[in-house]
Amino acid sequence: MLSRRIFLKDGGLALVSLGFAPAFLARTAEAGSAPRRVLIAIFQRGAVDGLNMIVPYGERSYYALRRRIAIPRPGSDADAALDLDGFFALHPRLAPLKPLYDRRELAVIHATGSPDSTRSHFDAQDYMETATPGIKSTRDGWLNRCLHARAHSDATPFRAVALAPRLPRSLQGTAQALAIGRLGQFGIRGTRGRGGASFEDDYAASPDRLLKQTGTEAFEAIRMLKAADPARYRPENGASYPRSAFGEALRQIAQLVKADVGLEIAFAETGNWDHHVNEGGSTGQLAARLDDLARGIAAFTTDLGNRMSDVLVLTMSEFGRAVAENGNGGTDHGHGNAMMAIGGSVRGGRVYGAWPGLETHQRFEGRDLAVTTDFRDVFSEVAARHLGIDDASPIFPGYRVDRAKFRGFLG
Amino acid sequence: MSPFRGVAGAIAVAAAICTGLAAAPSDTAPITHVLNRIGYGARPGDVERVAAMGLTTYIDRQLHPERLPDPEVDRRLAELETLTMTSRELAERYFVPALMERRARQRAAAENGEAGKGKDQPPRDRGNAMNGPRRVLAELGEQRLLRAVYSERQLNEVLVDFWFNHFNVFAGKGPDRIYVTEYERDVIRPRVLGKFRDLLGAVAESPAMLFYLDNWMSSSEKVSGTFFGRRPLKKVPDTFSRRPTGLNENYARELLELHTLGVDGGYTQKDVVEVARAFTGWTIDRPRTGGGFRFDGRMHDGGEKVVLGQTIRAGGKGEGERVLDFLAAHPSTARFIATKLTRRFVSDGPPAGLVDRAAARFQETGGDLRETVRVILTSAEFLAPGSRHAKVKTPLEFVVSAVRASGAEVVSALPLMRALNELGMPLYLCQPPTGYADTAETWITTGGLLNRMNFALALTDGRLKGIRVERDAAPDTGLSAQALGSPEFQRR
Repeated sequence: MLSRRIFLKDGGLALVSLGFAPAFLARTAEAGSAPRRVLIAIFQRGAVDGLNMIVPYGERSYYALRRRIAIPRPGSDADAALDLDGFFALHPRLAPLKPLYDRRELAVIHATGSPDSTRSHFDAQDYMETATPGIKSTRDGWLNRCLHARAHSDATPFRAVALAPRLPRSLQGTAQALAIGRLGQFGIRGTRGRGGASFEDDYAASPDRLLKQTGTEAFEAIRMLKAADPARYRPENGASYPRSAFGEALRQIAQLVKADVGLEIAFAETGNWDHHVNEGGSTGQLAARLDDLARGIAAFTTDLGNRMSDVLVLTMSEFGRAVAENGNGGTDHGHGNAMMAIGGSVRGGRVYGAWPGLETHQRFEGRDLAVTTDFRDVFSEVAARHLGIDDASPIFPGYRVDRAKFRGFLG
Repeated sequence: MSPFRGVAGAIAVAAAICTGLAAAPSDTAPITHVLNRIGYGARPGDVERVAAMGLTTYIDRQLHPERLPDPEVDRRLAELETLTMTSRELAERYFVPALMERRARQRAAAENGEAGKGKDQPPRDRGNAMNGPRRVLAELGEQRLLRAVYSERQLNEVLVDFWFNHFNVFAGKGPDRIYVTEYERDVIRPRVLGKFRDLLGAVAESPAMLFYLDNWMSSSEKVSGTFFGRRPLKKVPDTFSRRPTGLNENYARELLELHTLGVDGGYTQKDVVEVARAFTGWTIDRPRTGGGFRFDGRMHDGGEKVVLGQTIRAGGKGEGERVLDFLAAHPSTARFIATKLTRRFVSDGPPAGLVDRAAARFQETGGDLRETVRVILTSAEFLAPGSRHAKVKTPLEFVVSAVRASGAEVVSALPLMRALNELGMPLYLCQPPTGYADTAETWITTGGLLNRMNFALALTDGRLKGIRVERDAAPDTGLSAQALGSPEFQRR
């Protein structure tokens, strides 16, 4: 933290504020110690139905227990699931992700989740974002601890950015992280030459630590973003983002990656996955949400092109949903779920994890997909192998990080 | 001013000084503190007014809002006609016509071979957008903000926000947009200083909560689809008329976790299921048309239930009532509510001793919320200098206190609602049942702070359409953008 401040005060930002933005940006790009690898965390809030997202079509029980909402077996129907490996298949609305799987840039980790059995959205999100299942008092998020573990001298205010109005729990903590609703509106508006500068002085001089620190970072960030000029951004390689909040968030993350403003971790969230009622199958509510998810991620990877070699996209959701559909054509809160990892460092084209089966005796508490991969084994593999954090144990307090438990989806 | 009021004020000040609560004329900090905490901050003249009556008197009066006339609010709300309508009236007047129109459009689209295309498009409100369904939420938000800015019953407004947030419903979920007006007006607002059990019961029976947390369709596992499903609506094509069968645990879980015991309150998944069974049959009479609460014995699971070791005898609707009785009287509930109230009024890390006393008062008064709040507001911890500015303002508190401090005239509160959207706290649109967080780190972010500075500039520059400010007067009173956007003003 201290070194970053010195850098910002004496180095890069001094250059920017004197109008030498290109020199500053060149320095960021060239800096040997600045890590190039970027993690994009995508949280599907509300508990996506992982069994309809990554369909275990080889399971008899899947069809027996989901008469109204099951996705038809691959090839059985015009809108059937898309086969991955002879047992699992993608929901048909995830078709935009199929080429990534075929190119071995997308891996699925199935039957992942928490050792804590809570079926409360709030708790489960909290546990996943703090990576301390069962412990509510954890103060910071796991991604914030990743920032600490990856501290380096060339850090910028854009190290960690959530494209959201508020900072998610994952990124909360003592390391600097930004919450930005829209890049283009980031700044002080309509001051007509007054206001902005003195606000900055007020915050810099404040005895209030929280407000002083946050305020100072805000003004640092404004200057950097201005130099990167987000207003002129155009997606590349024919990428077409969905016109949704999620698509917009990914488009802006792509901007930040390409602008070389020092982005290391980005966070985007997508909501409305809590389908207790009328979930639908190949079409319907879940299908519409998956369509948005897949088109967003596909556009992002297309847009980034070769830059994807440094970028990992990881999807997560607080828990899965019950194996059986409920009386309302929906699914109630469950346990195990599926995660997706996409990027150049991924050993894709495979569904990872030990599949527990869906028969009654194989289920968690007789009703839900059992968890065979602790989500922290996925997170710690990402921290170690993608983010290059040698010792990931401080990121997962109370948990023994064990490389032997890594599923091996990252090279 | 009447001479008697002056005398009475002087006596009150003298009395307050004797009790050690009142400020010396030169020290207005305690008054500012109280105005910031039990209300939405001072308007010009408020500090002097409270100094004249004394803090003790002021706090006591705020604890009895029913005795405070509020003509300014009455006048300003008079023309917002949806505020006094029943859910059924709102449905008939605004929502059903919009629904029918949307259906007609979808049918037309399907016939034109564009099936499903119309589905994702927002309903177009013909002519004036404010005559469509959006008017209902707009007026409700306008109401909340006008009251927060102008009401003499400041504590009452803070508590309406607190309890709505505690029993949060999301107006974006289907017919909840119809019900939320009635929910705030008839369920929350009249009970914020009443008995907790009464509030809990009113919430449990409210169509807003029954729909939001799905209890309205939760039924005994034994019930098959044969009873239900055939209740064709003549006028309204109701997507919810397909009657559900089966237990839905959503309300039961949040009732335990968020409304009463708290997540560490000592219940298990088994208890959640048992509570859900007890509430089967608590349903809504046709949600799309704004119908009311109905207990449907055919949906009810008549078997015995055991909740936290307590056997709930079979007895129809009474089972749910007994569960509520039991939960409202449970010590975990007293502690959970006391902690949350103390966090709201005192500090993010609420003092343990005060939480204990507030919880004890809650218990001994049978969940009397006025008395519980009174313990907090008259405590040494609340008035301690160390508590001043200990809280960060939520976006709602920031926006309203800025308008109050600037003495601005709110002709339309719509720009304030837009500001709350940008600040991440849209009114009535908090999706999760947790409600909005009440701690500093949630709200003090780089982007959020810049938005606050931008709001301060827009407000004082007179750029918010519908909010009138005396631009020339502002710098003299110290209520410039600089002051409203300052670090100090972000705390209360």
